Amino acid sequence: MVEFSGVGLRYGPDAEILSDISFNLQPGSFYFLTGASGAGKTSLLKMLYLAQRPSRGIVRLFGEDLVSMPRHRLPGFRRRIGVVFQDFRLLPHLSARDNIALPLRIAGVGEEDLSGPVGEMLSWIGLGERADARPATLSGGEQQRVAIARAVIARPQLLVADEPTGNVDPDMAMRLLGLFEALNRLGTTVVVATHDIHLISRIENAQMMRLEKGRLSDPTGALRYPPNRT
Amino acid sequence: MIIPRVPAQHRRLLPDRRLSGPTPWVIAILMLLTLLAAAAGVGLARSANAIGSAIAGRVTVQIVTANPVVRAEQAAALRRAAAAQPFVRTARAVEQAELRATLGQWFGTTEGDDPVLRSLPLPALVDIDFVGENRAGHMAQLRALVAREAPGARIIPHAEWLGPVARLIRSLAWVAGGLVLLMTLASAAVVIMTARAALGTHYATIEMLHLIGATDQQITRLFQRRIAIDTAYGIALGTVVAAAILLLIGWQWSGVTSGLAETASLGPAGWALLLALPLLAIALAALTARQTLLAALKKIL
Ligand SMILES: Nc1ncnc2c1ncn2[C@@H]1O[C@H](COP(=O)(O)OP(=O)(O)OP(=O)(O)O)[C@@H](O)[C@H]1O
Ligand SMILES: [Mg+2]
Repeated sequence: MVEFSGVGLRYGPDAEILSDISFNLQPGSFYFLTGASGAGKTSLLKMLYLAQRPSRGIVRLFGEDLVSMPRHRLPGFRRRIGVVFQDFRLLPHLSARDNIALPLRIAGVGEEDLSGPVGEMLSWIGLGERADARPATLSGGEQQRVAIARAVIARPQLLVADEPTGNVDPDMAMRLLGLFEALNRLGTTVVVATHDIHLISRIENAQMMRLEKGRLSDPTGALRYPPNRT
Repeated sequence: MIIPRVPAQHRRLLPDRRLSGPTPWVIAILMLLTLLAAAAGVGLARSANAIGSAIAGRVTVQIVTANPVVRAEQAAALRRAAAAQPFVRTARAVEQAELRATLGQWFGTTEGDDPVLRSLPLPALVDIDFVGENRAGHMAQLRALVAREAPGARIIPHAEWLGPVARLIRSLAWVAGGLVLLMTLASAAVVIMTARAALGTHYATIEMLHLIGATDQQITRLFQRRIAIDTAYGIALGTVVAAAILLLIGWQWSGVTSGLAETASLGPAGWALLLALPLLAIALAALTARQTLLAALKKIL
């Protein structure tokens, strides 16, 4: 599904922010990525959701080498990945509804096939009433829920979430985690970067990746040689 | 292609309706100047051609034989012989009275019967218009004819006199053409700057759309549509003002009672060119915007 091998990343001429990152994500698995602030979680996820090419090493996604992939093939891959950005990145001039519908519209889904799923998603995240609100008029937690809804609306094969529960209360955090879990059960591979230890303990079978000083600690070797899921 | 079709729901992916503030106005001014320069160029080129073709095939043979009787005979013979040639369209002996009247304008008499003028040994002149294009060949044949009928006569091609004027007008036409070219380049530059500015302004949106899986073509269509519409407004405005000015000038010109008036008109081909220019400009703007956008998007992962 996802394979990193000897991946290093540097921004500009500085020292590497990430070094010798190697792991193998199994289809349908659930992963947590933890690490101190500044450890490089967002940087690692960026390579995962194709916002950043590695400085060295091999990244394979859905069985294909991404490092040498021509640019014009990237959109097709990106449409199979859902991303919850740490800073949400909602389009400020679009309503909550239109923000959520964005991936479907980009993928060419017709308007008539779109309102159903978008409406369901809106009520599921508890924003049915605020469908026409602009992001600026939503609270931080509400914006985060819109961002999550946008990431999952197109049923991605890989869901990448960067601190997706940082701005919501514990109840809503559990609800959103439940959404990720449900997607995971439907076959989506989920990678969640978080500081929240409680969250991690809630998901059975979830595997942990820990970033420390730019290196991935893999004490059990489970990432490199993952156990077969039964 | 020129103004790409973008679904209504997608149009809203870019914020503000107006993309580019002054762009339509700058484009309007450039379009106006382009059209005026083009009109001037076409008019001047047509004048130069009219003068050119009027003088290109015309020569005057000047017979200066001393004996007036022989001179008149030679002139008549030459006129007859020339008129019989297939390469000559018309041959005309200029009347002595006509010559005297012309000279009289300088000598200050109007009757044409001045004793001084009468006493002047005027040359006999024969105006000859050639047929068609082969002027070098015609000249050689005419020279042989003149040597036979009126030995010692001088052949004066009119191009020698009016040629410089035609050349001057023609170079002015080239200058106007050059201006059209330069202003086209300036318009393209305006479009490029507009496209780049738009990309800069909406960078966050573009990045987001990319990460969600939008292709460069999808994003380009959004921007190209906006820019094409903006520039089309500018081009339309510039064209309307230019048309008003040209019609006004044409109307004034039609009051000028001179042979020049006719030669300086634009003609159907000229008007067609002027009409084609705005359409070409719209197409050029759209293509320029498209190329700029695609090239700029390539630099983003
Ligand atoms: N675009 C960039 N250019 C240069 N340096 C960067 C860039 N993005 C991140 N960094 C640096 O890389 C390091 C890792 O940043 P990153 O955002 O990946 O950390 P993080 O683990 O996500 O932190 P947090 O938990 O606070 O979100 C930091 O030292 C940061 O300053
Ligand atoms: Mg981060």
